[in-house]
Amino acid sequence: MKRRSFLKATGVLIVGFSASSVAEFTAQAPGFNGTGSNSLDSWLAIAADGGVTFFTGKCELGTGLYTAQVQLIAEELCVPLNRVKLIQCDTALTPDQGTTSGAQSHPTNFNQANLAQACATAREALKQLASTRLSVSADRLDVKDGVVSVKSDASQKVTYGDLIGGKKFNLALDANAKRKPAGEWTILGKPIPRLDIPAMATGQFEYVHNVRVPGMLHGQVVRPPSLGASVMSIDEGSIRNLPGVVKVVVKKNFVGVVAEKPWQAIQAATKLKVEWTAGTVLPNQAGFHDFMRNQKQTRDTLQVNAKDVDEKLSAASKVVKATYRYPYQMHGSFASSCAVADVQPGGATIWSATQAVFPLRSSAAMVLGLRAQDVHVIFKMGSGCYGCNSADTVSYDAAILSQAVGRPVRVQLSRKDEMISENYGYAFLLDEKAAVGADGTIIAWEHEAWSPVYGNRPGANQPGNVITGMLAGFEPAAFAARSPAPEPTAFANNSNATPSYYRGGTGTISSVRVLTHNIRSPFFTGPLRSPERLQNTFAHESFMDEIAAAVAADPVAHRLKHLADARLINVVNAAAMAANWDTRPSPKPGNRRSGTVSGRGVSCVLYEGDNGYCAMVAEVDVNQDTGAVIVRRLVIAEDCGPISNPDGLRNQLEGGALQGISRALLEEVTWDDSKVTSIDWRTYHPLFLGADIPKIETVLLNRTDARANGAGETAVTVTPAAIANAIFDATGARVRDVPFTPDRVKAALAARPL
Amino acid sequence: MSTFNLRVNGQNHTVDVDAGTPLLYLLSDDLALRGPKFGCGLGQCGSCTVIVNGQAVRSCVTPIETIGTSEVITLESLGTPEKPHPIQKAFIDEQAMQCGFCINGVIMTAKAFLDRNPRATEAQIQQAMANVLCRCAANSRILNAIHKYAQTVKP
Repeated sequence: MKRRSFLKATGVLIVGFSASSVAEFTAQAPGFNGTGSNSLDSWLAIAADGGVTFFTGKCELGTGLYTAQVQLIAEELCVPLNRVKLIQCDTALTPDQGTTSGAQSHPTNFNQANLAQACATAREALKQLASTRLSVSADRLDVKDGVVSVKSDASQKVTYGDLIGGKKFNLALDANAKRKPAGEWTILGKPIPRLDIPAMATGQFEYVHNVRVPGMLHGQVVRPPSLGASVMSIDEGSIRNLPGVVKVVVKKNFVGVVAEKPWQAIQAATKLKVEWTAGTVLPNQAGFHDFMRNQKQTRDTLQVNAKDVDEKLSAASKVVKATYRYPYQMHGSFASSCAVADVQPGGATIWSATQAVFPLRSSAAMVLGLRAQDVHVIFKMGSGCYGCNSADTVSYDAAILSQAVGRPVRVQLSRKDEMISENYGYAFLLDEKAAVGADGTIIAWEHEAWSPVYGNRPGANQPGNVITGMLAGFEPAAFAARSPAPEPTAFANNSNATPSYYRGGTGTISSVRVLTHNIRSPFFTGPLRSPERLQNTFAHESFMDEIAAAVAADPVAHRLKHLADARLINVVNAAAMAANWDTRPSPKPGNRRSGTVSGRGVSCVLYEGDNGYCAMVAEVDVNQDTGAVIVRRLVIAEDCGPISNPDGLRNQLEGGALQGISRALLEEVTWDDSKVTSIDWRTYHPLFLGADIPKIETVLLNRTDARANGAGETAVTVTPAAIANAIFDATGARVRDVPFTPDRVKAALAARPL
Repeated sequence: MSTFNLRVNGQNHTVDVDAGTPLLYLLSDDLALRGPKFGCGLGQCGSCTVIVNGQAVRSCVTPIETIGTSEVITLESLGTPEKPHPIQKAFIDEQAMQCGFCINGVIMTAKAFLDRNPRATEAQIQQAMANVLCRCAANSRILNAIHKYAQTVKP
């Protein structure tokens, strides 16, 4: 449905707008958050009955963002919650806000721009219209529940519907339109229950997996067994006798089948005989971190480069060193990814759980050989994605198959296809080194890390960044080696590669060098919740603990000694206080070296250097006979600016922390010499509901005077280090390899000094 | 194709599917039900769970011909957003989900277990959920919601 007819259906009569005209209104530089829109009418429409329809380019992914945005709209526009209809991420209807990711939805839509500013602009414009209509100056008007009335005489009033219903505002966003002060909020900032949960709990919610289109067929893909393998031959006769098969589709190395019914498509894909060339020989998994260190073709980046680091390290009386290893982990989405596409010669419609409808419109157009403006992408929620699962790739799958058969095609990947070729979260090798003064003060800090990259989100023009695009003949982003690294210019800590204790960021230490090396990955990689930030923070916050132990300092006190940022200090103190932190150096004195012992650890981060403060205290039990680690308690303190919905925030922190436990203790992608061997929930290990989980306590610091930050990725970021530090406190054994499996914990215990 | 007669949520259906087709495909495709969902297709995550003869059954690995005349109960037959079943209400009250995709498997598994074992201890309940997955890791709220429902079925 085009925006014009859609709006007519919602009761708005005259709105001129087309998807391509969004580009005329450039509110900010195109990029991660898209072009947005400076036109008020592209954000909302008010019907004659006063119903409000809003359009947002940031979508619900399970984080509660849909409800939070409705709260923002209702609050700022002064209308009841139930009068707001919110349309999310549809290339024919909503502004281009790029990708819903990177904890950017709150920074983008809840500060003085975009959605929030559209609400404030509309409210002020409506007051002006009412001022004219009622012949009363605007400062003498009140707005409540979509009605503007005279403060001194409430009988003089006019509704939003009467003022603008069915008409355009024809206004630009007003940067000076005042946001409502948080002290006056009655809807935003309150623990409003999520609006979508009742439908989810009763089986009525429509996920992309539930989209059914008339005439729809079902597709399945046949992936190469190894990355880099090419099609040699296909024996279509091998499935000739199977029922329901419509077509075998081949596009370069992309192979798929289309059938009348889903089970028929699965049978056909399973039985179709395809011969592939041998793929890429994979590096040995056990030696993979050494393999990374030994790569000659690297892309090097210096984030910070104080010139006196070497001198201070060589002059120091005490130097602490450690190396940390992080595995590839997968998004491993709960539901395998699904999309429905209807590709006709004149244009295409794709229903997708993509986090990036506008970029997908462009990249899918490339795959299909269509113009971007002839592709319509409609967001429909999938299962929790947490970055770059196969939502984009399965959208290409469905589109290619639909184009080949000329009918709508639905594809839901098999569990194995979802797992063997998604864009994994980065493996990492991290070296840390610090010079420490006689009084325990850290004098210099050096960080050097290696991580593999290949592909990424497809963005607008790189469909080869994910498996289907690559199989269909598009190249992934080229790996551009660069060594030595250029000197750093302005400091930013987007990937948290620099420890929080750097003076140029949130700390006190001036002599810091941070050098990172990307190598070409043998697997596709992409942003998995807290990409790089989690791995870097695991190393930095574990290492800070090692330094504290080396100088017999309390881990909280030693952090505070090297922090300068008041808000980061506040969350560390808040977590420590709520946890009733036992101030003393680690390890815990008096713990026995066998049996089960307990300990506590701390960790903190300013996410991305400017996007949410979080500190965590973890309490763990370690069974020193089996190596099993059980997390008993987590205390999380969070400052993400003004809180939109405290219960939603708690839900995010709790889920993030438990995902952090899953990633710290269980998850690791495995492979042999030719293929990934993590192909299902028996070979890739997630946190099932039967697992021991900790009591989780959250301390929310509501900073209504600050900018709104993201909060979806902070808790997961600090969890692995908090657990590792608690294991050390309990046992005196340092685990530096994630995940902390019983075997690795036992090896660390065995390596303890006598 | 073969014809099967099936009773789902109190209604009789006649469907044409290939013998051997798992029950899930019939429910979610032929009958367009949204409760049972494909998560893994291997019986490992719980997403496809329905209740048959009081037992939680993983419909993605249950061939249609094994159902016979038994009635299949799915999540949407328990209650509605306006009038949720007590277990659905417990999940709404506890806000016990994030993306919500796993909740079918969680609720149907927990309900089947608690209806048969109303005196179950917390540990027994968690054991019953051992092979159900939530990748958003809403585990603590999910377990709270199940315990809340468990209080209502306790004799």
